[in-house]
Amino acid sequence: MSRQSNRTADSKKMNSELFTLTYGALVTQLCKDYENDEEVNKQLDKMGYNIGVRLIEDFLARSSIGRCQDFRETADVIAKVAFKMYLGTTPSVTNWSPAGDEFSLILENNPLVDFVELPDNHNTLIYSNLLCGVLRGALEMVQMAVDVRFVQDTLRGDNVTEIRMKFIKRIEENLPAGDE
Amino acid sequence: MTDEVLFEFLHMEMVSNVYKEQQSNKMQMDNKDRAACVSVLESMGFRVGQGLIERLTRDSPSFKDELDIMKFICKDFWTKVFRRQIDNLRTNHQGTYVLQDNKFTMLTQLSNGKQYLDHAPKHLAFSCGMVRGALSNLGLDSVVTAEVAVMPSCKFQVVIQKL
Repeated sequence: MSRQSNRTADSKKMNSELFTLTYGALVTQLCKDYENDEEVNKQLDKMGYNIGVRLIEDFLARSSIGRCQDFRETADVIAKVAFKMYLGTTPSVTNWSPAGDEFSLILENNPLVDFVELPDNHNTLIYSNLLCGVLRGALEMVQMAVDVRFVQDTLRGDNVTEIRMKFIKRIEENLPAGDE
Repeated sequence: MTDEVLFEFLHMEMVSNVYKEQQSNKMQMDNKDRAACVSVLESMGFRVGQGLIERLTRDSPSFKDELDIMKFICKDFWTKVFRRQIDNLRTNHQGTYVLQDNKFTMLTQLSNGKQYLDHAPKHLAFSCGMVRGALSNLGLDSVVTAEVAVMPSCKFQVVIQKL
């Protein structure tokens, strides 16, 4: 019995490592391709966006969560369902703005950065910026325009990793596909 | 523990991104561009394969011989990374091995037959790199290529380089 469960735990762990190592290889490659950290951050955000617009379908299919009533409910679903399902960690939701349109996700541990250290010459690199893009892309597909950014990062010496999410506006459903 | 779909989504986006970047200003990609893309993906896979095999074989005893290593790749490595075992291993006992996976995980989402066959190679480059990286850290230099006739079945050819 326990051997069986060890194997499942092992294979989940291996998936974690596969993802973490692959993400690391990606960031390394991007740093080689682009001269400065800002460009890498932008690319990570763009790639995250492309992943997010697809990931939301997987999420909705597997979680059977209905439409959220308000931004507070959205925050809870992101932290307690989505993060738990995909990254195996539940960040806490805090620092709500008085208007209720902005909050922080505090991550105690971030699987993306297992075994990662930033070298000195990459002070402005937002290593996990893919996450911001994913959240932005996913929420856009459910009609929410949001701004997502890292305000604290354990990789850069902070105690916790903090992602700030701000509600910009509701996206109207019947607009033609964007041609900006 | 991260969910397995995250790797699949990330891999898909990486493939798409590498090709988009290479193509950026040109109308058509030529074979040199395509080779460059495959090479980038393969070298990323190489690093990942090296890392994975280290973690996987931490507590294992050393391997008896080359065939032993290849069997490990077909069973343990394939299971941990691709969530299934190799269906068929053939060798000429002179350093060439053909590993057949009838339901290769990177291809199952693409198609179930011959549609999009020309897109298959770009989705295999990273995996070839992973196998080459794993073998490299086990002391074997190799050339790893993949061939697809009908998706999602695919054959990996490993040629061990003798010094």
